[in-house]
Amino acid sequence: MSEQEVLKDIHTLAKKIGRNVNLMEVCGTHTQAVARAGLKSLLPKNVHLTTGPGCPVCVTAQEDIDAIVSLALAGIPVATYGDMMRVPGSFGSLDQAREKGAQVFDIYSTEEALEIQKEYPDLVFFGLGFETTAPMSAFAIQKGLVIYPTHKLFLPAMKALLEIGELKIDGYICPGHVSAIIGSKPYEEMRVPQVITGFQPDDILVAIYMLLKQLAEDRADVENEYVRLVKEGGNPEALNQIFEVFEESDGNWRGFGTIPGSGLKIKEKYKAFDARLKYKDILDRVDFSKSRKPTACKCGEIIRGLKSPTDCPVFKKGCTPDKPIGPCMVSVEGACNVEYRYGK
Amino acid sequence: MCLAFPGKILKIQGDKSVVDFDGVEKEVNISLIKGAKVDEYVMVHAGFAIQIMGKKDALEVFKLYKEAEGK
Repeated sequence: MSEQEVLKDIHTLAKKIGRNVNLMEVCGTHTQAVARAGLKSLLPKNVHLTTGPGCPVCVTAQEDIDAIVSLALAGIPVATYGDMMRVPGSFGSLDQAREKGAQVFDIYSTEEALEIQKEYPDLVFFGLGFETTAPMSAFAIQKGLVIYPTHKLFLPAMKALLEIGELKIDGYICPGHVSAIIGSKPYEEMRVPQVITGFQPDDILVAIYMLLKQLAEDRADVENEYVRLVKEGGNPEALNQIFEVFEESDGNWRGFGTIPGSGLKIKEKYKAFDARLKYKDILDRVDFSKSRKPTACKCGEIIRGLKSPTDCPVFKKGCTPDKPIGPCMVSVEGACNVEYRYGK
Repeated sequence: MCLAFPGKILKIQGDKSVVDFDGVEKEVNISLIKGAKVDEYVMVHAGFAIQIMGKKDALEVFKLYKEAEGK
């Protein structure tokens, strides 16, 4: 089926449904793909595509950024994924800590962190992301890397959004690579139309068509358009790695606060590799009251799909990719950064 | 951070492999996938292969990437 044919079917179904439909994509790479291809402008007026909490850097809590920057400033060498380097915390960003002389390393893979650790034995890796990056942290912990973990399980956030009910979500475009790890089965717990899809514009259009078809037929199923990568059971080896090292705990999300069962805590067996315990004395001295101070940045509401970047008073007015105020403008997967680059 | 890219396994040594990303060779950890073989295509994320994938699908990604980059 060609893109034009899918679009024609989308318009036919939207007309048949007749009411406003809110679909949410919850993966940073989907956010980018939608914007790059200009898909929103092709959709019927009553079909709204909203960005949810799919950018791992964006959902990382301010307290955690403040904790890792504090460790760096206290002289502990820190490594993390590139996107996190420039996220401003209450005590500056990791990049700014480096400018002040802290040892901060920008890495692509935890294998690189293990290499750096040979020269800097006290290295702490700031582990962030969902089920897609948690196995890499688990692997590295088993090889002896100390980690400050902020990894999150994704489904509890999707469920929380439905339970909070601030935005009526008629369907989810489920994340592609998180699903490659967890599989399609876990989504069945949620009674809402869901389609797992890939990252090409055609994949996303087909997912929108499949969601509208479910709504028109009054169904709420989990459908997998990304069968070329996502299996029902996911990647059991990656899941084994995660749960060898981590156990479920409460997770602290920017924009949500605590979501029960959405975090990953290092198990007792591996506690020697938990930076939260190893450097408790430093962390206990950090003034986290600063982390909770409200700012003009609307990242929290943007993450929950309640506001779009253009609703934020500082968007393009003081907050730009060069001088970001919040993480949604830093990460290339963040809604504000994407809107800045591709928006009209 | 969810960005992943497919590549073809050229060499395997224990957990480590060398993967060809459409002309660029890089070291990739394959401990998260069981039974990967040389010449198979894998989806790679943050330096780790996360799933084995079909050759046709991988080549399609290369093609779309080149189109998007205007190469």
